[in-house]
Amino acid sequence: MGNTVVLHKGGGKNLILSLNSRRFVLLKKIAGMRATKFLAIIAVLFSFTVVAGAGTLEDVKARGKLNCIISSGLAGFASPDGKGGWQGFDVDFCRAVAAAVLGSGDKVNFVPSTNRTRFAQLNAGEGDILFRNTTETLSRDADLKLTFLPINYYDGQGFLVPRDLGVTSATQLAGASVCVQVGTTTELNLADYFRFNKMDYEHLNTGTNAESIIMYESKRCNVYTTDASALASTRAALKKPSDHVILPEIISKEPLGGAVRHGDDRWADIGKWVVNALIIAEEMGITQKNVKELAKKPGNNPSMNRFLGTEGSMGEMLGLDKDWAVNAVSAVGNYGEIFERHLGFNTPLALPRGLNASWKSGGLLYAAPIR
Amino acid sequence: MDWLFLDAAFTGGSRDECSAKAGGACWAVIGERLNLFTYGFYPAAERWRVNLSFVLLIFTLIPILFEKVPYRKYALHIAVAFPFVTAWLLVGGLGLTPVETDQFGGFMLTLVIGITGIGFSLPIGILLALGRQSRLRAIQIFSIGFIEFIRGVPLITLLFVASTMLNYFLPPGVTFDLLLRVLIMVTLFASAYMAEVIRGGLQAIPKGQFEAADSMGLHYWSAMRLIVLPQAMKISIPGIVNTFIGLYKDTTLVIIIGLLDPLGIGRASLADTRWTGLSTEVYLFVAIFFFISCFGMARYSQHLENKLETEHKR
Repeated sequence: MGNTVVLHKGGGKNLILSLNSRRFVLLKKIAGMRATKFLAIIAVLFSFTVVAGAGTLEDVKARGKLNCIISSGLAGFASPDGKGGWQGFDVDFCRAVAAAVLGSGDKVNFVPSTNRTRFAQLNAGEGDILFRNTTETLSRDADLKLTFLPINYYDGQGFLVPRDLGVTSATQLAGASVCVQVGTTTELNLADYFRFNKMDYEHLNTGTNAESIIMYESKRCNVYTTDASALASTRAALKKPSDHVILPEIISKEPLGGAVRHGDDRWADIGKWVVNALIIAEEMGITQKNVKELAKKPGNNPSMNRFLGTEGSMGEMLGLDKDWAVNAVSAVGNYGEIFERHLGFNTPLALPRGLNASWKSGGLLYAAPIR
Repeated sequence: MDWLFLDAAFTGGSRDECSAKAGGACWAVIGERLNLFTYGFYPAAERWRVNLSFVLLIFTLIPILFEKVPYRKYALHIAVAFPFVTAWLLVGGLGLTPVETDQFGGFMLTLVIGITGIGFSLPIGILLALGRQSRLRAIQIFSIGFIEFIRGVPLITLLFVASTMLNYFLPPGVTFDLLLRVLIMVTLFASAYMAEVIRGGLQAIPKGQFEAADSMGLHYWSAMRLIVLPQAMKISIPGIVNTFIGLYKDTTLVIIIGLLDPLGIGRASLADTRWTGLSTEVYLFVAIFFFISCFGMARYSQHLENKLETEHKR
């Protein structure tokens, strides 16, 4: 913005210099006035930004659709189906937020993004919320000005190698050529890990998981590193999965979660509590099937009543309808149902719940209570 | 060959079903997703509008491209309406259900961007080329500045600016359609290159031609329209078509800003757990589409060169 003003002033000066002195004074006045006006307009625009930027919830409600940034293709998390819709773990979280805010899980515009562009797109307002298996880190939180929602997937970085490489531990990977996706925390962890273990390596940058698979299959690199969840899907997609092994080392913490822009706490709260609600629904045994039935009349469990909106005014506090959580669960099911649908044993990924089980069954999912 | 056809599976619901049937290519992924590849996320009930636009496109192109078409003169007049009719058909409004442009995708998106870019970059390019040679200093400086600036910046940067930076400068609430921004950027980008191609043609015209036009008392625009440009354009044909083909292929860059062209759709489809690992099939399919379009353009350019051949044959 600053640049624009300077340019404008500069333009005015040139104009003045090229004219004779009789018109000089008059033109100077006009030029001066224009610059002032220009500044005023910009100031108005800026104040506008501040005012309107405060209400993502209002924007979404006025639009009638949630703009949700997702991956442009990641197995299990987001991929288009044959019928022109999107499917996946992240996609369902988008739908849950849309259902909580707008009453229907179909009121979503999906905005596909790449690793590189996701944060720029969020900060530019191309999307209201980001669910793109994004690792929460300090620099992303503070420097990129994101507000992270609760972790919805605990992942960690691993290595995939061909069995005939004869490697059984990541510490034997000195001199390996490693495929890694650019613009990810994976890339940085890889560098850290090899530096810490004083090993050399060659890295081959790829843009997407699909690209990495091609590089790996054509033996351009002999190691592929990314989050363990993606490694599992990659291995399943290879011609002979049994010829490849995932090494036991998990070299990083990759807590994946949704994110929103800094500066709109109300909207961040909504995202946060929708994710929490899906986790809590699983704890309470509320499912896509029984949620409507349960919400018909208050039961004898007060915390379930608060969840279902039959008691208290939880939705109201968030700026939503009282049946916000009911809508979210009836659109996509609880956390466990979402996981099983896209990542669980009935899918080609066949990922175990592991860390992503509820705290009641030994996992890390532990949502703050709704009360 | 065996892999392509004989051993290939053409039906099936997933990669596993394919490999259970045959050892070759698994074309079922294309079959299942043909609509996705063609229309992107365009609502199924409204797809007739895309089809109709495509038919209109063919009927518009025939009289433009070929001379021996009955009623060509009238057809050319009607062709002027084509961009507006198509825009209305695709986007909707005025009686049709509106369709958000972020639902556009696949081949349809490639055609929309490619044809808009091609259609508008030629006239803008001609104006810029003339402007660069203009005796009016202001116009000349503007043309040179524009051309050099656009040529000095990669298309991907322009697209990125269009997709994200622009929003910082516009007041919120004033949303500027993403596809429209892309169309403008792609058109401007192609225009700058087009201008230089045409300038090459203009500079090949002997000075005598300009002087002859002047001596006949022709006005600047008449001289350009009747004498200089027809010759310059003929010389520039290979360069112009070259730019067209380059532009057409550059449309695949829109994936960087989250629009899914056929390549993007293909990549995204590979992330479907049922189809992962079929990259050869998907990329081959997309490559065939681009090859047909680009080879077609190249052949037409040769046809045009032969038709307009009047001299210099060696």
